[in-house]
Amino acid sequence: MTAEPGQLEPTPSQTVGPFFHDALLDEDRSELISPNHSEAIRIEGTVYDGAGEPVSDAMVEIWQANQAGRYNDPKDDREDLPLDPETFSGFGRSGTDAGGRFTFAIVKPGPVPGPDRRMQAPHVMVSVFARGLLKRVVTRIYFPDEEEANASDPVLSSIEDPELRKTLVAHSEGDALRFDIYLQGENQTAFFEL
Amino acid sequence: MRQQSTDEFASLPRENNGQPPYLYPDYVATRLRAPKKPLIILPRTLSDTTGPAYGRDPIGDLDNDLTRQHKGDPLGERIIVTGRVLDGEGRPVRGSLIEIWQANAAGRYTHHLDRHPAPLDPNFSGAGRCLTDEEGRYRFVTVKPGAYPWKNHHNAWRPAHIHLSLFGEAFRSRLITQMYFPGDPLFDQDPIFQAVGDPKARQRMISSFDIETTEPEWALGYKFDIVLEGRDATPMENRR
Repeated sequence: MTAEPGQLEPTPSQTVGPFFHDALLDEDRSELISPNHSEAIRIEGTVYDGAGEPVSDAMVEIWQANQAGRYNDPKDDREDLPLDPETFSGFGRSGTDAGGRFTFAIVKPGPVPGPDRRMQAPHVMVSVFARGLLKRVVTRIYFPDEEEANASDPVLSSIEDPELRKTLVAHSEGDALRFDIYLQGENQTAFFEL
Repeated sequence: MRQQSTDEFASLPRENNGQPPYLYPDYVATRLRAPKKPLIILPRTLSDTTGPAYGRDPIGDLDNDLTRQHKGDPLGERIIVTGRVLDGEGRPVRGSLIEIWQANAAGRYTHHLDRHPAPLDPNFSGAGRCLTDEEGRYRFVTVKPGAYPWKNHHNAWRPAHIHLSLFGEAFRSRLITQMYFPGDPLFDQDPIFQAVGDPKARQRMISSFDIETTEPEWALGYKFDIVLEGRDATPMENRR
């Protein structure tokens, strides 16, 4: 349809379906930084459905600040913080494989400001798209070695159920951080309403 | 297809703002994939009022013409799909990436998991992209996709549609949707389309035939405007 100016209602979301790979995953965007970089962090995870089966046709996207805590977007105009748009875009995309697995190579983002002048703990924004998801789910990855910052993070502390809160903190596994995403069920990941 | 009880799903996140719910049992794949715990309200911060510019990989001149990606012309009805990307205030969303994908005219995707016994077209891959211009305008040349069967319920067929993926200006405005064609006889039995409960909101997913866009002796034109979640000034409390 054709939109008229003024207050407009948003176009509804529809599922990404099963056939998006050629269009959306034609090039690998899972490495936000070289995995050989001394401060690169490997994120590994599996997307599970409510029966505990891996979701083999999902797409995971991430968005994060750089190591200084600045987003690569002119709307983040805190010019006292360095920006490195040539080497760090802050955006990543990974499909899931037959085992439901996705991976990213990232750096830990710096802290960014939150509501009420409180700082937020370092975190990565996450969207998951899949067949059977009529709209994306949104979650966040927090870091296990940031206990103090996590404890005072305004978003984490707004989640009353400690078990649900825990789903947002990755955990160390070998030389990687594991962040599994449970779409449904007892262990369901905490998802956000934007 | 509507025989199953929805009682066990009573505590679903409710539809809002014309958006579909996560759980729509008639669309069978939602049953094990829809989250059921209440969503956490995320306060607006720079983390979601900013978003990727996606300027890393340049867009090619022909990336928005899906009929010129191979040696020959694809089979099917050539169409032009154009429109504007706007925010909730009606302001154009400029320089924003749109990625599209679709079945060919016979209703077959090039994807290796598509088993529909309809022919592949060696001259059609069905993927394209472009950036919106200064007025938020975009334009694709393609062929009209065919309807295709899927196994959601007995004799289930998807209405003809083009998938669109948009970034907009912030993490908040990210949208993946489907554009449909006017008057499709398959709307009534399609649970993905019907999952959007508000009939006015469903209309917002249907393109309109446009004689102004139509090019004589060449291609039919369809208009499709897309409205992303509103742009907001960065709240002051987000500043240090």
